[in-house]
Amino acid sequence: MCTIFGTECAPFAGMGSRHAICSTLPMHGAATADFTLAGLVVLVVALLVASPAVRAGDDALAAALAGLDTRSFDAKARAVEAIAATRDPRAAGLLQALLDGRLMRAKADDRFVLADDADGGYAITDALSGAVLGTVGKRKLARLSINNALRTQLRGFIAEAALDNPDAATRRAAVEAMAGHLDGDSRAVLDRLRGSEPDARVRAALDTAIALYDLEQGDDDAQTAAIAVLRGSLDPVARGRLAAIAEDPEAPRALQAAASSALASIENRIATYEFLQMVFFGLSLGSVLVLAAIGLAITFGVMGVINMAHGELIMLGAYTTYVVQLAMPNHLGWSLAVAVPAAFLVAALVGIAIERGVIRFLYGRPLETLLATFGVSLVLQQAVRTIFSPLNRSVATPAWMSGSLELNSVLSLTYNRLYIMAFALIVFAALMAVLRYTRLGLEVRAVAQNRAMARAIGVRGARVDALTFGLGSGVAGVAGVALSQLTNVGPNLGQAYIVDSFMVVVFGGVGNLWGTLVAGLGLGVANKFLEPWAGAVMAKILVLVFIIVFIQKRPRGLFPQRGRAAES
Amino acid sequence: MTPLLRRDRVFDFLAPPLPPDALLDTRHGPILYLEDISVSFDGFKALDDLSLYIDDGELRCIIGPNGAGKTTMMDVITGRTRPDTGSAWFGSRVDLLRLDEPAIAGAGIGRKFQKPTVFEKLSVVQNLELACHGDKAVWRTLLAALDADQRATVAGVLDTIGLAGHAHREAGALSHGQKQWLEIGMLLTQRPRLLLLDEPVAGMTQEEIERTAELFRALAGAHSVVVVEHDMEFVRSIANKVTVLHEGRVLVEGDMQAVQNDPRVIEVYLGE
Amino acid sequence: MITRWLMNDRGGAVMLGVLLLAALVVPLANLGIGADSPLHVSTYTVTLLGKYLCYAVLALALDLVWGYCGVLSLGHGAFFALGGYAMGMYLMRQIGERGVYGNPLLPDFMVFLNWERLPWYWHGFDMFWFALVMVALAPGLLAFVFGWLAFRSRVTGVYLSIITQALTYALMLAFFRNEMGFGGNNGLTDFKDLLGFDLQADATRVSLFLASAALLAIAYVACRHITGSRLGRVVVAVRDAENRARFLGYRVENYKLWVFTFSAVLAGLAGALYVPQVGIINPSEFQPLNSIELVIWVAVGGRGTLWGAAAGAVLVNYAKTSFTAVLPEVWLFALGALFVLTTLLLPRGLAGLLRNRGEAR
Repeated sequence: MCTIFGTECAPFAGMGSRHAICSTLPMHGAATADFTLAGLVVLVVALLVASPAVRAGDDALAAALAGLDTRSFDAKARAVEAIAATRDPRAAGLLQALLDGRLMRAKADDRFVLADDADGGYAITDALSGAVLGTVGKRKLARLSINNALRTQLRGFIAEAALDNPDAATRRAAVEAMAGHLDGDSRAVLDRLRGSEPDARVRAALDTAIALYDLEQGDDDAQTAAIAVLRGSLDPVARGRLAAIAEDPEAPRALQAAASSALASIENRIATYEFLQMVFFGLSLGSVLVLAAIGLAITFGVMGVINMAHGELIMLGAYTTYVVQLAMPNHLGWSLAVAVPAAFLVAALVGIAIERGVIRFLYGRPLETLLATFGVSLVLQQAVRTIFSPLNRSVATPAWMSGSLELNSVLSLTYNRLYIMAFALIVFAALMAVLRYTRLGLEVRAVAQNRAMARAIGVRGARVDALTFGLGSGVAGVAGVALSQLTNVGPNLGQAYIVDSFMVVVFGGVGNLWGTLVAGLGLGVANKFLEPWAGAVMAKILVLVFIIVFIQKRPRGLFPQRGRAAES
Repeated sequence: MTPLLRRDRVFDFLAPPLPPDALLDTRHGPILYLEDISVSFDGFKALDDLSLYIDDGELRCIIGPNGAGKTTMMDVITGRTRPDTGSAWFGSRVDLLRLDEPAIAGAGIGRKFQKPTVFEKLSVVQNLELACHGDKAVWRTLLAALDADQRATVAGVLDTIGLAGHAHREAGALSHGQKQWLEIGMLLTQRPRLLLLDEPVAGMTQEEIERTAELFRALAGAHSVVVVEHDMEFVRSIANKVTVLHEGRVLVEGDMQAVQNDPRVIEVYLGE
Repeated sequence: MITRWLMNDRGGAVMLGVLLLAALVVPLANLGIGADSPLHVSTYTVTLLGKYLCYAVLALALDLVWGYCGVLSLGHGAFFALGGYAMGMYLMRQIGERGVYGNPLLPDFMVFLNWERLPWYWHGFDMFWFALVMVALAPGLLAFVFGWLAFRSRVTGVYLSIITQALTYALMLAFFRNEMGFGGNNGLTDFKDLLGFDLQADATRVSLFLASAALLAIAYVACRHITGSRLGRVVVAVRDAENRARFLGYRVENYKLWVFTFSAVLAGLAGALYVPQVGIINPSEFQPLNSIELVIWVAVGGRGTLWGAAAGAVLVNYAKTSFTAVLPEVWLFALGALFVLTTLLLPRGLAGLLRNRGEAR
């Protein structure tokens, strides 16, 4: 059951990565040597700590670290503060390890070590030098327990350390982590940083964090000003605080009103962004539909040939991508650039073979064409099953296509979808250009309008038919490259798109490429907007039923070709 | 009762519907009224404020260069194309614009297509039987057999169109001219009051054309006949009144002699 | 009168004769001859033959709309499946307390989904007559509504084919949903008995085979009567020259609608006999592939002949059974080739081939 629009959104599932601060820890001073411990150790922290350079600050750090050897949480808090105060590049890593429970004290020599689970105990490394100390039994180590207050404090310090980072995204993440946990001192620090911060989005995060503090601690004026600042924020903490004030009966009236108005404005913005997100999802699905249908718009729309093997041409394009990646495993980034022309060629050649071998004999008998090309589609499917196995093949996504563009905490656009939308538009524009400005395009249009007349003025009909069909098929292959980045590549890939493709072309109006574009995007958006309240499968069914009814109301689609010739 | 149903009355819709054939009223003269009809396809005006009247029992020829709107006009009369503006009445009571093709056929308008269209897989006599007047609802046809009246009609028409010897041949095996005759014969068994004939003699031999002309002259009077034709010789041999269409409107109307000598017609046919 | 058209319809006469012979011989060879005799026909084979006969009825139904009316439906599998589901619902209710969960009212899958009450559309299916009515009504109503919309707005040719395909596709998606209350993915199965007769018993199997043969014979005679009547000629007229028929005063859409609906009911009846024999009905019956495969049965046999369609269904399915037993991978190649070669080389099917031979002689 991979045949529905709904499964399309699976790649979006693991999107939220905002919480993973530890993976964005500062990486400066990274090691150049001693990689032997890799594999068991979390790489990031290990790199930090494995720094071989023993600096002047080493003693200070060691001394501060020693302060952790106490039962009193207050004392530990002071030690943590001292560690942070050293401003040693290793400090953040150590604090993180403490937070994660990996920082321990070896009972034998009282030295601090980083411990990782290993067979028969812990694999330990020296906390300061990073030297590998082998594996010891669990009994030989003493845990350094921490409580919640300490945890909060640790997070704050780790974040503060991150504020020095040259990478703006890391700084912003640090600020966002600190927001809501500030004290007077750190507010002052942030205020100072605010003045010198070059990045606008980090500045906005700083404003939010400071405003959150003011909202809690400031006087009335500061609070009102803070609310004004928070009005534009999408931060969930800010929303929570504002909601608390708006519902707090003790709060001053004016403040309460300001808070609820700010809250309403925030909800409004969130709704807008969520709407935009839906539109994006819809357009992205729509561009997939357009890609799948645009080749059909040529073969069916312009030539009037019902090609039921169209889906299998898409599938061939996807398999071409797979083969190209197998052939060049070390240049994944370039594989797609090679796959696009390769897929075009493969699908176009197969398409021309189908046209010359089967369809040519069946012009003017659309129902027979439908049946024969369906037979071809069965053969192609089974051929792929025999050559590549019936199982799905996974096609890798190059690095430049993974990840997402986070515009704010609500709206984030995945790169692969963005690229595919752009790609769909490029393919569409290229096809329009070919039809409008090239000799082939002219001949195609001539044959489509009046075959006999076109032949009379010297257009070679058979050649044009073959090339047109090749063009439409090639575009289907190119669509397959794009689809390989979104769904599983398997023998049934094509079947999932054939009904949709026909629906898009017929809905848009046969013989009208613009209609196909509008219909594809429109159906994509409609589908995504129906999904939340109807469910993915039901949304798809509703869209299908809508089209079935629509075609019966307007058999010639959204943008029909009118006139006497069109009706006979 | 009758005055209530007059087309100039306002409250027609209050009256109970009557079967269409009971409504044909030609007491005012014309059997067909086309008034201010315009049809456009994507900006191209196929018919432009066309007004035309056909009298009961008249034989009228319509000529005009390609694209003059002849076929579109027939499409409007038979309900295939809805005009953008204007009105079309059959007699003075039947509003053609409210009826669809089968209802218009049932009301008494028969149409022959430009390209002869018969049911090729059926025999000649079956073609005529299908066209025969009578109830054409689904359930009736399941159990229907021809009554005496219908059988007489079919036999008569077979003679008229000269295909009695081919009655049980498959229609697809007939010659082009014979198919034209068969289609005309199908119209006749339908017993229409108004016949619309689009290029009825195309592809016929000279002899066949002469017999067709004879047939049409015989039909006029009891039927009204509208012939669209390119063959001027044929038109001259049958028509007393000719209408010239040009760019979707009536250019000239009159007898053949007058039309042929009209400078506007000469200009249209010979070019500027 | 019947003798007269049997004379004119040699193919049909042969078909009915073979059917009668099978109806006499098969039960005897299964029940009357011991399992050790070489003449014994196993119950498995009887069921297989019964299945083929149901397919033949389905092919007949399609031939009526495609061969005579020119409407190529790529969704006839949906009507077949709907009839099958109606019968399946009756068989499901017959299980009663013998289900895995022993619930007297709810079928197992509903208990499994924690449903507390029987959905309203499952009521009445404990009565056989009601199920029979629904077997005809469900596909008939769907075809009527769909056809009323489609034919009235003059959707024809490939457009119609494509939207019928979309129809069965949408139904497949819908029936896959557990919330629909038709058993979702797994469909309806584990049937026990029909009208009190054990479905596993040889005698029941043979009776179902006989019922299928009877249905095929009745359906054939009904279709032949329709095509031989004036209605049949109007329908052919509509197929060959739709506008001509319309301008002669025929309401083309009504003719198409009635033929389409009748054909859908026939397909539903075939589905209803198919389900107790194969013992399961699930959403894969709605697959567009099934409906289109059915088209090739008719094409291979020869459309517009009725008996050719029935023969094509049996032949292709026999080939399918043989192929998938020996070389399962090759079957789709063979089927694909069959599609291409039939349309290119045998536009009138095997029936056309036979007729040419007869004319040449």
